[in-house]
Amino acid sequence: MADFVLYLRLFQYGFRRHSTYLAAALAGAFTNTVFGVLRAYVLIALWEARPGLAGYSLTEAVTFCFLTQGFIGPMQVFGRGLSFGDRIRSGDIAFDLVRPAPLLLWSLSEDLGRAAYLTLARSLPPSIAGAVMFTMVLPVSPWFLPSFVLGIVVSFGWRYLVTLAACWTTDDRGMHTLSALLTFFFSGMVLPLGLFPGWLRTVAEASPFAAMVQVPADVWLGAEPAWSALGFQLFWAVALLGLGALLTAAARRKVVVQGG
Amino acid sequence: MIETISLGRDFKVRGAVVPAVHDLTFRVEAGEFVGCLGPNGAGKSTTIKMLTGILTPTRGRALVAGLDPARQRKALARRIGVVFGQRTTLWWDLPLRDSFELVRLLYKVDRDRFGARLAELTEVLELGPFLKTPVRQLSLGQRMRGDITAALLHDPEVLVLDEPTIGLDVVAKGEVRSFLARLNAERGTTVLLTTHDLGDVERLCRRVLLIDHGRLAFDGSVAQLRALVPGQESIEDVVAHLYLSSTPAVPRTPRRTPDADPPTVTA
Repeated sequence: MADFVLYLRLFQYGFRRHSTYLAAALAGAFTNTVFGVLRAYVLIALWEARPGLAGYSLTEAVTFCFLTQGFIGPMQVFGRGLSFGDRIRSGDIAFDLVRPAPLLLWSLSEDLGRAAYLTLARSLPPSIAGAVMFTMVLPVSPWFLPSFVLGIVVSFGWRYLVTLAACWTTDDRGMHTLSALLTFFFSGMVLPLGLFPGWLRTVAEASPFAAMVQVPADVWLGAEPAWSALGFQLFWAVALLGLGALLTAAARRKVVVQGG
Repeated sequence: MIETISLGRDFKVRGAVVPAVHDLTFRVEAGEFVGCLGPNGAGKSTTIKMLTGILTPTRGRALVAGLDPARQRKALARRIGVVFGQRTTLWWDLPLRDSFELVRLLYKVDRDRFGARLAELTEVLELGPFLKTPVRQLSLGQRMRGDITAALLHDPEVLVLDEPTIGLDVVAKGEVRSFLARLNAERGTTVLLTTHDLGDVERLCRRVLLIDHGRLAFDGSVAQLRALVPGQESIEDVVAHLYLSSTPAVPRTPRRTPDADPPTVTA
């Protein structure tokens, strides 16, 4: 029970920590919306030339576009977002390791707080703009909310691994750049994964990145059966968190705390 | 309260094994106030990290408050307080008070006891004016007082501080020192601190450990330390002399070890 209160508080702090930077969030929301409009016109041109592409109607394609723009913030598509990343570089991670609470749960709670704030600050504006300027598919499947949350957890699990890798690589910038590229490309942010050719599509659709963006968007659009989509996300969430826990244990044994 | 027996820790640097702490044996009794001196790279911080469970020793063993830091890290965390002068445990973007609340939940401190303890520390360390200030806006002296408070909210038996006065001005230093002295005298908290500030040592520590090249080079009172180098007026000169005249117990250059240089096997 006491533990639950601790993690709830961490969730709140994660939320409030990010709400400190309102200007940054608004700038992000504005950028996401503008790029949403650009993407929407590209997709409209594409779908008018080839209706029913990837199994989407034109409205579904536009909905997909603005939804996924709204995922950039909460799913942290461009990576990072975990406070302990900098702490590995600076050596402050020493404190995180002496705490009587597991780093994984600690940062998950904080990250969910971050995502909750960014959902308000960076998901709603592009989605509303999309609904006002174009038409979007409504109503939403009731499975969307759990699918959205699972998408955030999968994104966390992935970023946790990438961030923790800095314990071995000393400098984490290369890993983060690679991760951002992989996530952007394979999550469905560039194009719906249904447009990818042959084996590339198979790989992308099976990847954890699909569980972050493509799958929750499809659930919104009413993908059937919803349980299989959620099961896929759950699989990646459990796999990545499990791997994260193992890697944390290994890091504790191996980590060289930097900076004296 | 703190005991180490032949404690040692090696680091692998580019395949070579470098011992940071070689062979350290000492005992600190409950209620003592011990200062740990040594040149940069002597192994002080590494020792502190082993005593607090952050690093696992390569050899030997440590016992803090009756617990093995490496194996019983979580149980130990509830009984010791740790402050790293160059690091912070506080939440950068949130008011100081929020970090303390987190400490309360983390160490499962009873709400009433927490309230009383925080009120006490707030008064003694004069935290009142900036309890609601985000940590990023605090001065270094304020932040350090915040960090010390965070380390003491669960009322630990042992307080371990790694360079707690680094970067502080004369007044802030004085405040931190008198607080630590009071904590030790009134509550009987065992204090172990590392420092490069000999003022800390002279004013606070009844006992000094000098660590050099990962070994214990001296263990005794400040007066005994002075007596090692007769004819030197200031404690600075005494310690400088000791640092300069020390001969490495271990070669400075990394040694190749069988581990890093496997024997060739011919079949």
